[in-house]
Amino acid sequence: MREKITLHVNGQQHVVEVDPETPLLFVLNDELGLRGPRFGCGMAQCGACTVIIGGQVVRSCVLPVGAVGQGEITTLEGLGTPEHPHPIQQAFIEEGAAQCGFCLSGVILTAKAVLDVNPDATDQEIRDALGGVLCRCFTHIRMLRAIRKYAEARRI
Amino acid sequence: MIQSRRYFLKSCGAVIVSFSSGPVNLLAAQSQGPFGTHLSHIDPGKLDSWLAVGDDGIITACTGKCDFGQGILTAQSQLVAEELCVRVARVKLIQCDTSICPDQGTTSGSQSTPTNFNSENLALAAATAREALLNLAAKKLAEPVENLTVADGVITGTMGRHVRYEDLIGNKHFNLPLSATAKRRSAADWTVLGKPIPSLDRSTLMTGQFEFVHHVRVPGMLHGRVLRPPEMRATVARVDEQSVRNVQGLVKVVVRKDFVGVVAETQYQATLAARQLAVQWNPGPELPSQKDFFDHLQKQPAHDALSVDSQDIEARLADASSIIRARYTYPYQMHGSVGASCAVADVKPESATVCSATQSAYPTRSIVAKLLNITIDKVRVIYGRGSGCYGLNGADAVSFDAAILSQAVGKPVRLQFSRRDEMMWENLGSACTVQLRAGLARDGRIIAWDREDWVASMGNRPGYDQPGNIITGMLLGYEPELPEPRTAKSPAGKFRNQSNTVPSYFAGCIAGSCGGDGTIRSERALTHTVRSPFFTGPLRSPLRIQNTFANECFMDELCAHANADPVAFRLLHLQNSRVIGVLKAAAQAASWQARPSPKAGVSRAGIVSGRGIACVAYEGNNGYAALVAEVDVDLETGTVRPRRFVVALDCGPISNPDGLRNQIEGGILQGMSRALVEEVTWDNRRVTSVDWETYNSLYLDYDMPTVETVFVTPPDVPATGAGETAITVTPAAIGNAIFDATGARLRDLPFSPQRVKAALVESAQR
Repeated sequence: MREKITLHVNGQQHVVEVDPETPLLFVLNDELGLRGPRFGCGMAQCGACTVIIGGQVVRSCVLPVGAVGQGEITTLEGLGTPEHPHPIQQAFIEEGAAQCGFCLSGVILTAKAVLDVNPDATDQEIRDALGGVLCRCFTHIRMLRAIRKYAEARRI
Repeated sequence: MIQSRRYFLKSCGAVIVSFSSGPVNLLAAQSQGPFGTHLSHIDPGKLDSWLAVGDDGIITACTGKCDFGQGILTAQSQLVAEELCVRVARVKLIQCDTSICPDQGTTSGSQSTPTNFNSENLALAAATAREALLNLAAKKLAEPVENLTVADGVITGTMGRHVRYEDLIGNKHFNLPLSATAKRRSAADWTVLGKPIPSLDRSTLMTGQFEFVHHVRVPGMLHGRVLRPPEMRATVARVDEQSVRNVQGLVKVVVRKDFVGVVAETQYQATLAARQLAVQWNPGPELPSQKDFFDHLQKQPAHDALSVDSQDIEARLADASSIIRARYTYPYQMHGSVGASCAVADVKPESATVCSATQSAYPTRSIVAKLLNITIDKVRVIYGRGSGCYGLNGADAVSFDAAILSQAVGKPVRLQFSRRDEMMWENLGSACTVQLRAGLARDGRIIAWDREDWVASMGNRPGYDQPGNIITGMLLGYEPELPEPRTAKSPAGKFRNQSNTVPSYFAGCIAGSCGGDGTIRSERALTHTVRSPFFTGPLRSPLRIQNTFANECFMDELCAHANADPVAFRLLHLQNSRVIGVLKAAAQAASWQARPSPKAGVSRAGIVSGRGIACVAYEGNNGYAALVAEVDVDLETGTVRPRRFVVALDCGPISNPDGLRNQIEGGILQGMSRALVEEVTWDNRRVTSVDWETYNSLYLDYDMPTVETVFVTPPDVPATGAGETAITVTPAAIGNAIFDATGARLRDLPFSPQRVKAALVESAQR
């Protein structure tokens, strides 16, 4: 059954008419045309579909859109643009911390969320937060270097 | 619905079609593709097939080698910019569009750099264009070419007069063949190539704006899902369409022989329909037990091939002071791309367009035509990047499937695999076992070395005419390539080491002509290719990583028996200066201490450390790498923790050092994940590694080692492949480091804690 659902995404309000059981990911991709969150596994095992809702990291591939509520949804493109990247995106750009780049929503948003809550997070704490995030090109070293760079810059 | 028509109105096409003189490429010539396979309508012998200068000064170049994360978009843009003396920003590269780009076969096998960066193809086209522009400018400025200088697309004469490229040829054809004598710019003069410029896709990737094939949306597009069989060679008994009659938005259930799919208006509806559709399958045959699989493999009828055979092994071994034997095993492994594969197809009566992440645009075009039973000239395949691919993931299958679904409904269909579709049916990296024997002389030198390997094989890339090589083709009734049992013929012709079957220490002599990298003249390498119960294919460093694991660990065993330092002992048996060069460079960069392994006086408790080395001439001559691994081993838990890798690499002149480092780091860490945790599992009926709970990979929380990269670049050598070199030696270097730390030899991959503990027990008993 289709229903009208209001979503707050990247600072804008959208009304979509979909089955409320539809995974949020499909709505973000197909109804709103967003490219940041991507379908990796559909089982919350890899992180490619990650978004932030109300400060929390969420796997949008398993969250029904009807259960999102009023929380503000932030996707990777909601952080910054190629012209004005967010500082964590800028750190990833400077470090060249991607190969195929498919996994980046999980990596960047998870790291940002943990540092928002705990700006003094240690490398170990950052890594622990990234425990469910997968990069099969194995860009791990550059990604962790970029996150560290961002974490250090935001402390100043 | 948000629609992106970019792929279907490709901008390169727009530029070229707008040329006043008419289409440059479209059906310009019927000529043979450069890979000698099939007719391509784009003549690679013509400059206009590769390159055009727009009236805005933008250089549009077309390539048949595409970027799926390995950085070849940036490197090829640098190449064109370098040869044409312009900034990279003025180059626009069109990758793998069968309506526009020359047929360069498949982007694979570390072949993009040797193919396009030496003296042919894209490099030659760019050099030809520069010479042509200089000739045009010489006429216009009435000065000899020698007097002209070029800077950022402006040619200047001695009198200070100048002319821009676009004034000379903007939006016009060159109408020239590629000139075999066109000179590449000397590496010593490079200002764009050889520089670590940032990859061109960075900003859009990091900000989530990059368009993957997954994001392509076209008007009227529907969504598909496929229903794969529960097991290999299961066949459809019955499809109950009534089971999905209440699914809203369902457009069609598509059944073609054993291919089953659904098409619906939205992704979610397609997912529901696929979940709900009742299909009865006739079972497939039972699978061989995983537990005894390698024994099973060795007993099967096989297609045998000798890479080299000096026919004196037994006689020489009889003279040896000691004979060492070992068997190594390497499991099936997966590409396991992080994104499930996706494609968008629009099949109409008069044309078929497939937006695909395949590494093989032209071959895919050919197979799509065959599967849809339409003529090849109606099919256009446009490359769009998918999730990282390390050979043959689901990208080809999903492209075929999307085309079949689109044809069935007469509308554009976007198809995305489920995680299970992706993992259960991909073409796996082959399982392989290697049995080795070698004799040492009294002075410790190796006097004879014999090795046999058994490789499981079924299918491969589909190429231009073998759809059965992947799952879609099999479901439609095509058979995969399978090894035909036969006995080995004597080696003949030139020595080749494409799969790194032959260790670097063999002289590699065939009929008196020696092409190997080493000094051992009593040598035999015999490969038995055996039918695999699962699809296999080219997973990054295909067979090279399996063979090198066995060859380089066994070499380490021989070093230990000879009580020799692993670097010195290798050098004693090598003659190829480039292998020697990387081996010495890696040892030096790692501050290698010369001594035999294992380390003397190692502790019997707690955490111990060791170092190991391995080297390879990738595919015999396509890149050279040596790697030092330093690892910790927890003797209580059996856990192996690599701490530091130092790699030396010789791949000739380097196009982009930063991109190359990224590839090397990724390759080593991927090799480490494969060495430590990756193994496909199955039960008596089916593959059971179907998601990230059932197939292991190292996640972002893994405490990664450092990776230091050293480049060795001899003068005046051509550019080789690089992306598969370092991964090839990684499992062996880690295994050798474990031995150095503990005295325990790991001969079965992956090095799980259980296996490490078992090997520790065994070595303590010796």
